[in-house]
Amino acid sequence: MTSNNIQLDNNGRLKHFLTTEGLSKNLLLDILDHAESFAGVGDRAVKKVPLLRGKTIVNLFFEPSTRTLTTFELAAKRLSADVLNINIAQSSTSKGESLQDTLQTLEAMHCDMFVVRHGTSGAAHFMAKNVSSNVRIINAGDGNHAHPTQAMLDMFTIRRHKPDFSSLKVAIVGDVLHSRVARSEIHALTTLGVNEVRIIAPRTLVPAKAENLGVHVFNELEEGLEDVDVIIMLRLQHERMRSALLPSEKEYFHSYGLNEAKLKVAKEDAIVMHPGPINRGVEIDSQIADGKRSVILQQVSHGIAIRMAVMTMSMGSLTEREEDQS
Amino acid sequence: MRLLIKNARLIDPANKLDKHGDLCIAEGKIISIVEPTKDFSADRIIDADGKIVCPGLVDLCARMREPGQVHKATIASESYAAASSGITSICCPPDTRPVVDTAAVAELIQQRAESVNMLRIFPLGALTHGLQGERLAEMMALKRAGCVGVSNAYTDITNTDVLRHALEYADSCKMPVFIQAENHYLGASGNAHEGAISSRLGLSPIPETAETIAVSQALLLIEQIGGRVHFCRLSSARSIALIKEAKAAGLPVTADVGICHLHLTEMDVDSYNVNCHLRPPLRSQRDKEALCQGIVTGDIDAICSDHQPHDADAKASPFGETEAGASSIELLLPLALDLVNKKIISLGEAIACLTSKPAAILGLDCGTLSPGKTADLAIIDPEQHFSVDINQLKSAGKNTPFNGWELTGLVTHTYFKGQSVFERKVQKL
Repeated sequence: MTSNNIQLDNNGRLKHFLTTEGLSKNLLLDILDHAESFAGVGDRAVKKVPLLRGKTIVNLFFEPSTRTLTTFELAAKRLSADVLNINIAQSSTSKGESLQDTLQTLEAMHCDMFVVRHGTSGAAHFMAKNVSSNVRIINAGDGNHAHPTQAMLDMFTIRRHKPDFSSLKVAIVGDVLHSRVARSEIHALTTLGVNEVRIIAPRTLVPAKAENLGVHVFNELEEGLEDVDVIIMLRLQHERMRSALLPSEKEYFHSYGLNEAKLKVAKEDAIVMHPGPINRGVEIDSQIADGKRSVILQQVSHGIAIRMAVMTMSMGSLTEREEDQS
Repeated sequence: MRLLIKNARLIDPANKLDKHGDLCIAEGKIISIVEPTKDFSADRIIDADGKIVCPGLVDLCARMREPGQVHKATIASESYAAASSGITSICCPPDTRPVVDTAAVAELIQQRAESVNMLRIFPLGALTHGLQGERLAEMMALKRAGCVGVSNAYTDITNTDVLRHALEYADSCKMPVFIQAENHYLGASGNAHEGAISSRLGLSPIPETAETIAVSQALLLIEQIGGRVHFCRLSSARSIALIKEAKAAGLPVTADVGICHLHLTEMDVDSYNVNCHLRPPLRSQRDKEALCQGIVTGDIDAICSDHQPHDADAKASPFGETEAGASSIELLLPLALDLVNKKIISLGEAIACLTSKPAAILGLDCGTLSPGKTADLAIIDPEQHFSVDINQLKSAGKNTPFNGWELTGLVTHTYFKGQSVFERKVQKL
């Protein structure tokens, strides 16, 4: 069994959504198309569709989060599901309960889906391997490994602006080493068949053998940004830094922070993205973040549509499977 | 008991012997090898036609979890598992709870082994008090209590001055120092080999230099101050090259490798296989091949199980939160024979790395079938096929990476001090 086919049911449909790695191009496009159909729901007077009525979705967050948690909650509510938010940082694991015990306890309450964020890489895989077959797992970020819904909402945003993936050059700038977002984006971009994926960072923030992920590595910002269509700035996660990776925020901004002058080497119509929250003046100049090339706020609203799509698709494989059995 | 083993293929690397013949045993000793003693009257005769008889295996590293972690395993449970793999002598590291830094703990371990009476345990003593890397352990007392060497186990002595003095003092005690080469700063917080797999899975990387820097540091120290060092569980090709160079320069160094590292690579960690969470980590295919080659060239002296039985809870977490180590003691011999069957190493090399060579590293009077020596031996059926099944494991630790593997070659009998301690029931197919 590979790391990825645990994500699919016997008919090749999405079961759990743990990583963008190993999913087919068609499946990723299917997620984007589903999201497109949900994108208008938020603009309606009644912002709800009844697709997951009667289902219980638990947002199980072992790490603090604002936008991911909020958009997952909104997505679930717009699908008419019952939602429970559990902040584990203030809950049982601080009493010494293991992840497995927490999972079993919540399963006993007959929940249908867990949206999980956890600080350890592979936590979502661990849960998917250990839950009963009628429960679904959506990964909302595990350690440095994957954050697939963030990657897909970025793909959605890119496609809205640049519909032809095959012509695109995309640069991901910053702390790739600690970034689950970057890993998931790289797998999604290469699967969707973009022309080139670049990562731009000092060597201290580039993972070992990064080229094996199918990217070109640049250590200099201007060189890497040349001629690109999409620029994805990563958050410089201070809390993740052990030590000795960077001398100072000031030096980082000077070399890798995005400003008007550096943006000039990219294509004229290049868009600028950031998964948020932004460190203004560290990764990105405020002028750019709030400027016309920035699509950062669109990313946030697209997040709801993508999460609605993934939840529906993954629950859909359940509903139909149950029908098959009956 | 007087035992006659007939028609066996007798392999005794210590005497460079590989011949067909008989083996006579009486009063716990080997009486004769190849040619039977005239008029030897046996209480029991075993016809070992088609089988191999070799000295009882000497395992340079197995954690028996006693004292301190009996919820994982006990000396009794693991002795039986070891006997089923032909192991009759075991060296165990000092990181028990409490640590083997007092004579009392060293004696306790040996007494438990004596009461079980299936194998001997040779404890390693702590190199520093509490393995804390600050002040020296009472090595002379530990030696008197039966410790055959000293080690700081997984805890790197980051203060180089302390390490230097520890090496000097151990040399004064005429004790070899067993070094688990892992630089603390580069290795202690990681959980996977630094490479494409760790990058993809987002695991904390352990670079090759975590090992090679620690190896180089120890080699440079003993080059200057002398003393005998044994390097434990090397995992990288570059380390083997360093050992080769040191041996060529005449330094008194030896090295071993864990059996899992001869079969598995970083690829096996994929999909977060917690049973492949090992320390040192499983490295690249190239590293694995260099470790196997090191056995052929003699740069690696011994193959050990590096047995680390765990309770189920220790492995029931996401990869990075699990405890490192695999349960491997009873697969040590079959997995070594698998390398022979695949023609990666020769049968002679495999048996030597499991018997005479590790015995020499420990300075022990075992690991041979010489007449007059204690009759510790294993009878092996090299044709016996089986598939590994965690439910059939004798060890209390079910954490094997080899579940479902098809292997060929099993121990049928194990004798310890001339007494049968394990006999496999014949399976009729």
